[in-house]
Amino acid sequence: MIDFLITFSLTLLMVLMVLNLGGLLLWVERKGSAVLQDRIGANRAAVFGKLPFNLGIVNTLVADPIKLFTKEDFVPQGADKLLHTLAPAIGLVPLLVTFIVIPFGDVLIIGGREITLQAANLNIGILYVLAMVSLSVYGVVLGGWASNNRWALLGGIRGSAQMISYEIPLGLALIGVVLAFGSLDLQEITRAQGALIGGWIPAWGIVYQPVAFLIFLAAGIAESKRIPFDLPEAESELISGYFTEYSGSKQAMFMLGDFVEAIIVAGLITTLFFGGWQVPFLLRDGFHFPWGGTLALPSLLVTLLQVGAFTLKVLFFCWLQIMIRWTLPRFRYDQLISLGWKILLPLALANVMLTALIILLFE
Amino acid sequence: MDFVTFFALAIPLVVIAIMVIAHPSPVYSALFLVLTLFLLAVYFLFLDAHMVAALQIIVYAGAIMVLFLFVIMLLNLQSDTQPTPSRGLGRAAIIGGVILVAELGLLLQRSSSEQAESALPENFGTVEALGSQLFTTYLLPFEITGILLLVAVVGAVVLAKR
Repeated sequence: MIDFLITFSLTLLMVLMVLNLGGLLLWVERKGSAVLQDRIGANRAAVFGKLPFNLGIVNTLVADPIKLFTKEDFVPQGADKLLHTLAPAIGLVPLLVTFIVIPFGDVLIIGGREITLQAANLNIGILYVLAMVSLSVYGVVLGGWASNNRWALLGGIRGSAQMISYEIPLGLALIGVVLAFGSLDLQEITRAQGALIGGWIPAWGIVYQPVAFLIFLAAGIAESKRIPFDLPEAESELISGYFTEYSGSKQAMFMLGDFVEAIIVAGLITTLFFGGWQVPFLLRDGFHFPWGGTLALPSLLVTLLQVGAFTLKVLFFCWLQIMIRWTLPRFRYDQLISLGWKILLPLALANVMLTALIILLFE
Repeated sequence: MDFVTFFALAIPLVVIAIMVIAHPSPVYSALFLVLTLFLLAVYFLFLDAHMVAALQIIVYAGAIMVLFLFVIMLLNLQSDTQPTPSRGLGRAAIIGGVILVAELGLLLQRSSSEQAESALPENFGTVEALGSQLFTTYLLPFEITGILLLVAVVGAVVLAKR
């Protein structure tokens, strides 16, 4: 019973954290884009009158959600009502449950009980992530089709082709990491990254697999359909693509889905390439510096440091994705497809072959 | 897998599988097929074949069926544009179905007596076990499947270049 409660609360914690971070990213996006483009950005709704630095927090975190949830929920004439309603949920739910396999800390020791800070410890962890991400394509495809709108249909078709194309380099980049660490379990991969190369450099995935990191970042941004890969919603040509005919809370779910995908990409990059919850030189009993010093820390503090490190890394990669979004222009569709199939795919294959060869020769 | 779980999964699975062929709209048929494949993956999970379950979702439910939907939407297939199936096809389907049921019955008779009681090996269904089986015992079938897929890819490229 108590095991069930622990798993349940860990799962709930993960889902709630992700939903909150999704909302927070909306604010980062609004205000961050304004800073990049030398605008003021969202600054209308303010609680304490006109502050000198109105950061638009009330705008994006309170006013926007209220607006979205009280808007008319419009279903266009001739649309497939059932699928039109289901599509946003089909897109969002698989993404939310992905997080249960991502470890956000080592172990939490409470009253002699060791709790692994990972909601579900699956030995096929990475495959589970790929399976759930591949299911979320249906949200885009069905949303586009069920709207009975040409722009939406085009967006849905573009989305399905794009997401299928970029799943392949994404998966192959992951295979390079799996080869390097010899496990599919994300917690084991993270633990393996606590080692030190030559006593100094943390053995993070980026050191072993720099090429896989770049491929994963590009393919991951493409999977989350954000600029420069936002062809499925391309405002200038398709109005807003597959969610043209959506309003109110359903549109909010589509928007949230994009942010959640960005958080998944950030979480996976952190876990696979940047040591997950590992803090350099921090072991379970405290810091062990390579120059010989040690600093003993209580177990609870170590756990807090690890969770904090994981959160910081994820926030950094979310921020990086948003900055990339507001820096680059959009690809043309043929450029997008040929980047996926002619550059990323051969590069990922070569990376897998080379990694396997090196492992074969040196081990 | 106990009796209750089996039927709790099997009855919806069969109903949904019938809906695949019974529903007039091609898009809904494809979606019911996705659901069928998803429920099959749940079956594999209950049978301790985690790797197969994950692959079932990644490859079939997540990739191949998306392409099915892609084609259906691209051609904008409606229920009224479907050609009525010819009589010969219907007969062939019935004969094929009867043969399949007979084969399954034979297999069931042979396997239920011998293997049902024996316990599973320790690392059954894991990636390591499946991988080493594929690359040792079943290497030849594995390679032949690979060549078949390669032929299909080359064929698709040739057709697309015309």
